[in-house]
Amino acid sequence: MSYEELARMVLKGDRRSIARAITLIENNHPKTQQMMSQLYRHGGNAHIIGVTGPGGCGKSTLVGKLVKEFRHKNKTVGVIAVDPSSPFTGGAFLGDRIRMQELSADEGVFIRSMATRNNLGGLARATKDAVCVLDASGKDVIIVETVGAGQSEVDIIKVAHTILVVLAPGLGDEIQAIKAGIMEIGDIFVVNKADRENADRAVIDIRTMLEMNSGKQEWKPVVVKTIAIEGKGVSQLVEKIEEHRKYLEKGAFASKRREQVETEFFEVLRQKIEESFLNDLKKKREFDKILEKILAREVDPYTAAENVIAKKLKNNKD
Amino acid sequence: MFDKKELARITREKERWQQTTLPKWLSEHPERQKEFHNTSGARINRLYTPEDIQNMNYTRDIGFPGEYPFTRGIHATMHRGRLWTMRQFSGFGTAEQTNKRFKYLLSEGETGLSIAFDYPTITGYDSDHPKAQGEVGRCGVAISSLKDFEILFDGIPVDKVTTSMTINGPAAVLLAMYIAIGDKQGVPRTMLGGTTQNDMLKEFFAQKLCIFPPKPSVKLVTDIIEYCAKNLPRWNPISISGYHIREAGASAVQELAFTLYDGIAYVESALERGMNVDEFAPRLSFFFASHNDLFEEIAKFRAARRLWARIMRERFKAKKPRSMWMRMHVQTSGCTLTAQQPLNNIIRVTIQSLAAVLGGTQSLHTNSFDEALCLPSEEAVRVALRTQQIIAHESGVANTVDAIGGSYYVEALTNEMEEKATKYIEKIDNMGGVYTAIEKGFFQKEIADSAFKYQQEIDTHKRKIVGVNDYKIANECITIPLLRVDPKVEEDQIKRLQKTRKERDNKKVKQTLDKLHDDAEKNQNLMPTIIDAVKAYATLGEICDVLRGVYGEYKELIII
Amino acid sequence: MNQERKIRVLIAKPGLDSHDRGAKIVARALRDAGMEVIYTGLRQTPEQIVETALQEDVDVIGLSILSGAHTTLFPRIMELIKEKGLNDVLVFAGGIIPEEDVPEMKKIGIKEIFGPGTPTETLVKYVKENVKKKI
Repeated sequence: MSYEELARMVLKGDRRSIARAITLIENNHPKTQQMMSQLYRHGGNAHIIGVTGPGGCGKSTLVGKLVKEFRHKNKTVGVIAVDPSSPFTGGAFLGDRIRMQELSADEGVFIRSMATRNNLGGLARATKDAVCVLDASGKDVIIVETVGAGQSEVDIIKVAHTILVVLAPGLGDEIQAIKAGIMEIGDIFVVNKADRENADRAVIDIRTMLEMNSGKQEWKPVVVKTIAIEGKGVSQLVEKIEEHRKYLEKGAFASKRREQVETEFFEVLRQKIEESFLNDLKKKREFDKILEKILAREVDPYTAAENVIAKKLKNNKD
Repeated sequence: MFDKKELARITREKERWQQTTLPKWLSEHPERQKEFHNTSGARINRLYTPEDIQNMNYTRDIGFPGEYPFTRGIHATMHRGRLWTMRQFSGFGTAEQTNKRFKYLLSEGETGLSIAFDYPTITGYDSDHPKAQGEVGRCGVAISSLKDFEILFDGIPVDKVTTSMTINGPAAVLLAMYIAIGDKQGVPRTMLGGTTQNDMLKEFFAQKLCIFPPKPSVKLVTDIIEYCAKNLPRWNPISISGYHIREAGASAVQELAFTLYDGIAYVESALERGMNVDEFAPRLSFFFASHNDLFEEIAKFRAARRLWARIMRERFKAKKPRSMWMRMHVQTSGCTLTAQQPLNNIIRVTIQSLAAVLGGTQSLHTNSFDEALCLPSEEAVRVALRTQQIIAHESGVANTVDAIGGSYYVEALTNEMEEKATKYIEKIDNMGGVYTAIEKGFFQKEIADSAFKYQQEIDTHKRKIVGVNDYKIANECITIPLLRVDPKVEEDQIKRLQKTRKERDNKKVKQTLDKLHDDAEKNQNLMPTIIDAVKAYATLGEICDVLRGVYGEYKELIII
Repeated sequence: MNQERKIRVLIAKPGLDSHDRGAKIVARALRDAGMEVIYTGLRQTPEQIVETALQEDVDVIGLSILSGAHTTLFPRIMELIKEKGLNDVLVFAGGIIPEEDVPEMKKIGIKEIFGPGTPTETLVKYVKENVKKKI
């Protein structure tokens, strides 16, 4: 199938084509860029929700329930669930969708698991493109789920308009979350497994922390208690998500969008520049020569880099 | 157990042996392997001597049969008095077919019935549920309503047999049906003897046939324990099962530890309900697997008895010796059977049965040699039963109590098993108990790791399995007669079910089901209402649906 | 991103039986061989399995069943696979499937049946050698 045809089928909402398109993205297939340029114009309609939090807090179960709740409201939903690849073998278990398996056969839901493939920077890019595919295919809501494990995953989740940080009492989650740097990015904090002891304590702790951080933003992050496994608190959570969306639509959305587009553009630009320089270098085996010179201390890395750039720019002019 | 002087002499002599006889022999005859391990990963010494059990105290740790800590057996004369119950698990197809098989087994000298149910029954679905498609009567008998049960027990007086039912999630429903059959046959409830497996905890991390979430599941388990303590004095309300834990891949130590921990949780649940420990503990029974490592298994059974007795006396302050008895049923291990050269399985089953008998079991099921391929054929079932009869009557191992007790090796292994299991129990206690451990996936992870390790040992030939990774037959063609379940079984079963639904008093069904709903919400003991519902021919699926509505459905936690 | 194409595998358990020991060992072995493995969990309907395979765009489906219901469920799964156009997906099966059922299972499109006792390395090798190159 050509990329044009694939893009056309994605726009029609064809499930097999959506799946294929995401595979192209994951494999960084040469056709990806052309396909994305077809799809990009048609995106921008979905509400993108990021869900993150430490392992064991019940994220996947919660996402499953959120999807159900959105389906009750007649919204179509896409889910991207990100799981880590093994740094040793490159293999991965993509286990998040198990919690949502009963939704698999619902035509209004599309769930896709993605592995990090040991390339978190690249994954942020791939996730954005996968979200764009789901967006262009006409999904009303797109949920991106990832383990809040560090800066790179924070980058992934930043694709979202509304970010949910999920924690569970008693796991020492709060501390992990601070370490992972996800406390700063949350719009809504969810204390899941709220039937456990210390749930109220966790709520208070989060609120205290948020007050210390609170400053200029208009949106004051809220804390919601859920027991996802029983579906409790989920409709209240969806209300808060809706509130946040309305808040964004009042104006914040535009600035947030601009910020995201700026980051995205810079990322792509950087990647493109990097690729064009490196590809040239590697093709001509100049790379090794330069490295040897640096190794022999004939030249310093700074001068070597500037030389490469100057040469490339000159070539382009000629 | 030995005096100091004697021990010192043995130590000296052993050192001498290690410096003279042993190296001389080893220099010309190296050992087959550098190290030997059992399935629990314990390193097996070259030789065991009194040194290895020097800290043991005979009366404290071994004692006498029929007395605390019951290491040598729960009865004073063990198999010299009564042989173990030879109980072959069976059931397939329709109630009529299984009824026929039961009558055959009884005529062949079997002494207790054991019912295998099909998957729809086990998971609480009627035979006509969409999920039941293709499964009806395949791996057991299909039971949807009391109608099926009436046929199953046609011509079998329930006061003359004891019946074991491998049923967990819907255990209350099947027990209610058995009670209803007893009532119909005019047998007083006090005379009903048998066992419901009714062990839900292991389902969450080993067998994974769950309907409701853990807490309501244990509530139902406790309902049965309480009901039986008051009404069915000869019934074992629960069979706390390590079998499935082992089959899922656990080592012998893990099987022992996790099973006993489940036992602890049930005792706690019954105590929370205000029952007295000596009121229900005597009726708790256990169910273990028996694998190929003969001595490891014997040690496991002995350690299980001693550890349980200690737990009941020390942790739960039981007073009656019977409360400290670990009565056990053993089944030879299904996962050790090979599809290759199936007749070899007869030998495996023999070794495993020997372990169970020498380990002092009260009841035994021997697997049939063709079970890695299909449901057992009649011939295969007979050989399995004969295996037990040969051990009982020809081998002589049943003629003395705890024949292998006192072996330095077995006593040392028994101690090691108990120690390791105790460590696990402490670990789970510290974790916050069984529910937290399940939720965290602790058991699941431990079991999955052991299963994977075992498979790797086979794949890398560290562990030899005859006929599988060694001593293979090239291009083996497996020709044994297969027992097939006719797809017509499903059709017939569905017809009967739909007829039952039409002919019964549907108003009465609705009444009983409504009452069940209310009782469940009010957290009452549900047994009496379930008996009423069953007698009104409410189906198993309908009853479970009411409870699903109140309790919700369990979603499996997947740990690979 | 990594240029290397990853093999994506769905390990599925149709039917009501709960014997997942084999399925999980296979899942783990394939992951350790560098594949991306999606495991469905127990008691999946044919519809759920095939829809999952479609959304996850897997290259391989491994079916595990020990209840004897394969004669009913496998044909349904293969039918749905064809209906949804997943023709390039490699399907293999394992569990307790009697020798005499194998020809019928192969006829409906299941490429290979692995009985009890199959070493995991055999499986890994089989998948690597037989997976079809997509795109």
